[in-house]
Amino acid sequence: MSIPAPLTADWLKTEEYRELNFARRDLVINPAKACQPLGALVCALGFDGCLPFIHGSQGCAAYFRNSLSRHYREPISAVSDSMTEDAAVFGGQNNLIEGLRNAHTLYKPKMMAIFTTCMAEVIGDDIKAYLENARKQNALPEDFPVALAHTPSFKGSHITGYDNMLKGFLETLAEPRRHSTHLRLYVVPGFDPYPANLREYKRLLNYLGVTYTLMPDYSDVVDAPNTGEFKMFPGGTPFSALREALNASGYLFLQTYSTQASLKFVKNVQKIPTEAVPIPLGIRNTDRFLTTVADMTGRRIPAEITAERGRALDAATDAHPYLHGKRFALFGDPDILLGLTSFLLEMGGVPVHILSSNGSQAFAKEMEDLLHASPYGREGKVYVGKDLWHLRSLLLSEPVDMLLGDSHGKYAARDAGIPLVRVGFPVTDRVNVHRYPIVGYAGVINLISLIANTFLEDKDRNADEAHFELLR
Amino acid sequence: MENTGPAAVAQIELSQKAVEEVLNLYPEKARKNRSQHLTVKDGDCAGCQLKSNVKSVPGVMTSRGCAYAGSKGVVWGPVKDVIHLSHGPVGCGYYSWATRRNLAEGTIGWDNFVPFQFTSDFQENDIVYGGDKKLERILREIAQLFPRAQGISIQSECPVGLIGDDIESVARRLAKELGLPIIPVRCEGFRGISQSLGHHIANDSIRDHVLAKKQGEPPGPYDVGLIGDYNIGGDAWATKKLLEESGLKVRHVWTGDSSLEMLQTGHRVQLNLIHCYRSMNYIARHMEETYGIPWLEVNFFGPTKIRESLRQIAARFDRTIQERAEEVIAKHEPEMSRIIAAYRPRLEGKKVLLYVGGLRPRHIIGAYEDLGMQVIGTGYEFAHGDDYERTVPRVQDGTLIYDDLSAFEMENFVDGLRPDLVGAGIKEKYVIEKMGIPFRQMHSWDYSGPYHGYEGFPIFARDMDMAINSPVWSLLASPWGEKLVDKNRLD
Repeated sequence: MSIPAPLTADWLKTEEYRELNFARRDLVINPAKACQPLGALVCALGFDGCLPFIHGSQGCAAYFRNSLSRHYREPISAVSDSMTEDAAVFGGQNNLIEGLRNAHTLYKPKMMAIFTTCMAEVIGDDIKAYLENARKQNALPEDFPVALAHTPSFKGSHITGYDNMLKGFLETLAEPRRHSTHLRLYVVPGFDPYPANLREYKRLLNYLGVTYTLMPDYSDVVDAPNTGEFKMFPGGTPFSALREALNASGYLFLQTYSTQASLKFVKNVQKIPTEAVPIPLGIRNTDRFLTTVADMTGRRIPAEITAERGRALDAATDAHPYLHGKRFALFGDPDILLGLTSFLLEMGGVPVHILSSNGSQAFAKEMEDLLHASPYGREGKVYVGKDLWHLRSLLLSEPVDMLLGDSHGKYAARDAGIPLVRVGFPVTDRVNVHRYPIVGYAGVINLISLIANTFLEDKDRNADEAHFELLR
Repeated sequence: MENTGPAAVAQIELSQKAVEEVLNLYPEKARKNRSQHLTVKDGDCAGCQLKSNVKSVPGVMTSRGCAYAGSKGVVWGPVKDVIHLSHGPVGCGYYSWATRRNLAEGTIGWDNFVPFQFTSDFQENDIVYGGDKKLERILREIAQLFPRAQGISIQSECPVGLIGDDIESVARRLAKELGLPIIPVRCEGFRGISQSLGHHIANDSIRDHVLAKKQGEPPGPYDVGLIGDYNIGGDAWATKKLLEESGLKVRHVWTGDSSLEMLQTGHRVQLNLIHCYRSMNYIARHMEETYGIPWLEVNFFGPTKIRESLRQIAARFDRTIQERAEEVIAKHEPEMSRIIAAYRPRLEGKKVLLYVGGLRPRHIIGAYEDLGMQVIGTGYEFAHGDDYERTVPRVQDGTLIYDDLSAFEMENFVDGLRPDLVGAGIKEKYVIEKMGIPFRQMHSWDYSGPYHGYEGFPIFARDMDMAINSPVWSLLASPWGEKLVDKNRLD
């Protein structure tokens, strides 16, 4: 294709450029997805005393730790076995064994989670055999718990890595299912960048009086108190609960695209009663979460939660004029997008562009069904496998009022002259976003406040004196 | 600088004890290795020989990165009108996407590609069948979508070298087809032992594919190049201002807010000024050997070092520049004295522990000393022997010096030496703050800056004061202490 030599940067904003941009097949520009081992690391942080152990290049470990520390503004502890050129030739067994010995001695973890970088995957390292050899060489005590997962960066994204690691924990460290199971519901949150969301789940489950285990639960690890004392292992799902994980009375998954393999494992292989609900984001999804828990456990929804729901509804009725009819673009991980869209539709918001770099065709279908079920979803178009440079073209050619997504969206939002409300991972340019839940009824209130107040801030900032009013 | 008084003796003992205690906790093999990377400066410094630039010990939690980080992240990233393709799986490009604060002017997406991540997003098929064909198609797509890009660099990630792709031949072919410089860089993360080899590889790729590829204007009498200033938070702009005030003309910055042309005509200067010696000495030495351009290491942190550097630079030129330099110093020093008078009483005697990379573990000591502060520990992530040779004379007796510090060592050293301020990176920041100790990120200036030049020092002083004297720290202990805590309630 030959194009006339463009004269100015405005060419980037044209319809012609949009077509050219969408015609590209191989180049990826600003994708909203990380690689598998980052998700595996997040999952591993959710087990008490677990030290994430990255088998591969040390640079990867530095990158994961940097990225997570920038988002959470918290220490992220993880080791690597620093494989270099000789390991590329001979395999990384020596690195793994020495690394396990050192990490175990220095950091005294209660368990470790080994997962791989693409280097180890390309050369085909057999981490299971290496681990056995490490035990034989007394690098670790015979019974020291270690979970294993293969997390190649050239397949899927960070949500795949979270899933593979969780399945690895269950396969490697959970005891086989017995006939007489205990009455404990296991709740799997999925890849969730908000420790406050995990706390919100626990708060609601406690209200319901359910006997449950949230797994993995990194809320205390990525949101630890400052007491003047650094604790490398400040909490998480205990090993005892992991060991008993296959004896659950049931499993409830609160995301599905970030838990596919684990869900399949407990439901189809282990035959444990399993339910999966969309992330409890918005009123209806929260209703569904609570009623599903009630159904699975025989508990009743307490009056306090009903009152909470009422307060969230009150906030929604108070604020609906600020969201109704507003046009939105959204990007991020599939599960969180399904929740956000559901929430926006409830509020009369109009999702226009929904883009997921790591979304599958199945996700696109589910999202389209959700959009078609609401009169406010008619304009919505779903883009999977696309990136934020595509999104920029969309924002410029079919304008919207607001972008919802992670901090990387700020460039496209700026070019389009619209505000970005930060939702998802990573948020690196605002503080404390992860400390406010966006799930549950409390999350509904937080999201409404974030979105409505951002519009109202803009209105005040851009109003001339005549229209600068006290009442909004 | 040497101080052999009782305070120094006590500091030597304290530091040596901290080293011994840490080493005792290692397994034997790791202990033997790590003992060669830790030392304490004492008088004659007989024991100051440090081992460096060797493999990290597996499993200890090193802070080091990889060759790709050194090439794409450090050296190439700030070349704003070149598209840097992270070639391989999505992660490396994602994690290094706009995370180093190389400010750059220009229209984003048109002639400035710094805040971008371009990736070939390798899938399993690319690993199995090779990525060369895909690379060709990607290079064509880049040329079509970004007509103002002046070139493309191919930053190799681990799999590229492991599956045997021939990116050099693709680059050669496509450079001809597209009429664009295309630079293959073999910076796979498994090469070498830290970022450092990536710097070297990137320098070599500039030498082989870029430098002197354009003739450029012959240098004027006062034309200099600024090498190894990455414009973190606008540092290079502050440095440039200072040099130009002194009558010099900064023709090129390598690499901060840089254009490809700056690199292509980099040999057209009278003198190269090196800020980060570690990452860029290779190209400076090459220019010296090939084009006879001398180079000089400079330091623009804090008024003392700025003064020294300006005089050293001026001494390489004529009276005009020497007089201008003195004028610049005389003009700015009163303001610097005011800053010191304001902050020194709040910071006098405060102890600082540093752990950074590149040049900062030695260069920034002077700025702390200008404020009356004492550096009691310093070290590098990826230094070589010549860095430590330059560091040891700069520090006082009793200073702990460490190479490739592990998280375990850092936590123990901080606990043992109880500094008033720690300066390191994002991975260390929250560990130290959780210990109740003030911290500043000294890679990214904690999203502040610039810290270079007369423009930077007031910001530096304000930031260090803010960290140490924030009232927040006084709230750490709860008024009820341990006694009134109902431990059962925590569960």
